Amino acid sequence: MVTAIQPIADPAPVTTTTRSRSPGTPHACAALLRRDLVLAWRRRGELFLPLLYAVIVTALFPFALGPDPQLLGRIAGGVLLVIVVLAMLPALESMFRADLEDGTLEQWLLAPQPLALLALTRVIAHWLTTVLPLLVVMPLLGALLNLSVKVLPVLMLALLLATPLLALLGAVLSALAAGARRSGILLALMLLPLAVPVVIFAAGAIAAAQSGMPYLAPLTWLAAALVMAIVLAPLACAAALRIAVEA
Amino acid sequence: MSRSYIPHWMHWLGSPPNFYRFAGAWRPWLMAAAVLTAAIGLYGGLVLAPPDYQQGDAYRIIFIHVPSAWMSLFIYIGMAIAGLIAMVWRVKLAEVIAMECAPVGAAFTFITLVTGSLWGKPMWGTWWTWDARLTSELVLLFLYLGVIGLYNAFEDRRRGARAASLLALVGIVNLPIVHYSVQWWNTLHQGSTVDFLDPARSSISPSMLWPLLVMALATHLYFFASILGRTRAGLLALEGGKQWVREIVAEQRA
Repeated sequence: MVTAIQPIADPAPVTTTTRSRSPGTPHACAALLRRDLVLAWRRRGELFLPLLYAVIVTALFPFALGPDPQLLGRIAGGVLLVIVVLAMLPALESMFRADLEDGTLEQWLLAPQPLALLALTRVIAHWLTTVLPLLVVMPLLGALLNLSVKVLPVLMLALLLATPLLALLGAVLSALAAGARRSGILLALMLLPLAVPVVIFAAGAIAAAQSGMPYLAPLTWLAAALVMAIVLAPLACAAALRIAVEA
Repeated sequence: MSRSYIPHWMHWLGSPPNFYRFAGAWRPWLMAAAVLTAAIGLYGGLVLAPPDYQQGDAYRIIFIHVPSAWMSLFIYIGMAIAGLIAMVWRVKLAEVIAMECAPVGAAFTFITLVTGSLWGKPMWGTWWTWDARLTSELVLLFLYLGVIGLYNAFEDRRRGARAASLLALVGIVNLPIVHYSVQWWNTLHQGSTVDFLDPARSSISPSMLWPLLVMALATHLYFFASILGRTRAGLLALEGGKQWVREIVAEQRA
C-alpha cells in the first residue's frame, strides 16, 4: 500500500494529541460517516424522495386490484417488500458516482485505511439516509394495505435484516457500474439475481407469520446471509472500486 | 532465482497472436467433431431410442434440453474461472475468453428455458411454473445478461471485462444460495412441487442414456469450437492496430 498520503478525513490536530500522522481507521470511518450524514442533511429534500415513491406506488395497488381489504391484506407483505426493493434502486445508482467524478474515490484508494472498511462505512451511511426513512413509514403503508397488526413486527424485522443485505449487495453492483457510462436499468438487471434469495426469505417469514406458523427460520437465514455479506461484500466492493478508478 | 510454476506452453498460449493461430488451427476440427457427435447423438436419441412408456415421443426433447442445461452451468463456471484469472493476473486472453463465454452461456440457458417450456406444455399442461429448477435457471439467465450488459456499458473493453468478471464471481457465490432458497421457497408455498423428471436420478434405460451422453459431448465440443472462434474475433477487435494483427491482415490479402 501507498504510505504517507493525505488522509481523506480532516487532519488530526497535531498540537493536542500524540496521534500518528494518519488518523486511525475508526477515526477515518467516523469522519466519513459524519461527512455523508451532513451532506445528506444539507440536501434533506432528497431524503423524502424514495419515501414519497413508496407511498405513491402503495397507493396505486388498491386502484389496480380493487379495494377489497381481504385481498389487500393477503398480498400486503409481499407488495411492501417489492416496493422497498424498487425504492432502493434509484439511490443505489448514485452511491459512488459523485465521489468517482470529483476524485474522492482516488483519495480513498490512496488512503492508508482499508478500502473495504471505507466502503462499508459508505454503505452504513447510505442505509441510514435512504432506507431508514422508508422503514419509518412502513407501518403507515401497512395500514393503507390492511396489513394485519400481528404481521407488522415480522415485516419490520424482515426488512431490518433484508435492507442492509440489499444495500451491501447493491454497493458492490453500484461500484461496478460506477465506471460505466450509464447504468440505470442495468443496475436493476444485476440486482435481481442477488435480490431473489433476500426477497424469498423475507417473504417466507411474512407468509409464515400471516398463516400463524413459526417464522423464525427464514429470519435466521436472512441474518446468516447478512453476516456473510458484511464480511464479503465490502471486499468485493473494494475490488470493484479499484476497477472503477483505474483507467 | 524464483522458479515459475506455470508451464512454458501456458505462457506461450497466453500470448494473443499465438492463441489466435492455435485457435484457428483447432476450431475446424472441434466444430467437425461437434457436428459428427451431434448427428450420432440425435440419430440415437430421435430414431433408435424407444418411446418412453409414460411420455411417448414427447420426452425426446430431453436430448436437447438436458445437455443445454448442463452446459448453462458448465459455461458459467468456466466464465467465472476465466474471470478470476483475468481479475488476479490480468491476463488479456482470459478477459476475452470470460467475456466470450457469456453470450454462449446465455444462449444455452435460453435454449434450456425454451425447450423446457415446450416440454412442460404437454407434460404438465403449462408453459411455465415457478418451480425451483425453472426459477433458478431463469436467475442464471439474468446473471448472464447482467455480465453481458455490464461489459457493454464500458467504453474501455479491458475495464469492462474486469468489472464483468467480478460480477461473474459474485454470481457464482450467489448461485447455490439462489438454488437452495428457491427450493425452500417452493416447499414453503406449495405442498408438493412439480417433480422434474431428472434423468440423472431416475433410472433411465441405457438405450436412452447413451444418446444423451453423446449429445452432452457434442455440446461441449461445440462450446469449445465456438469459444475458440469468438475469442479469435475478440482478440482481433481488442488488439486491432497492433503489429501482429497487421501481419495477419497482410497475410490474408496476399
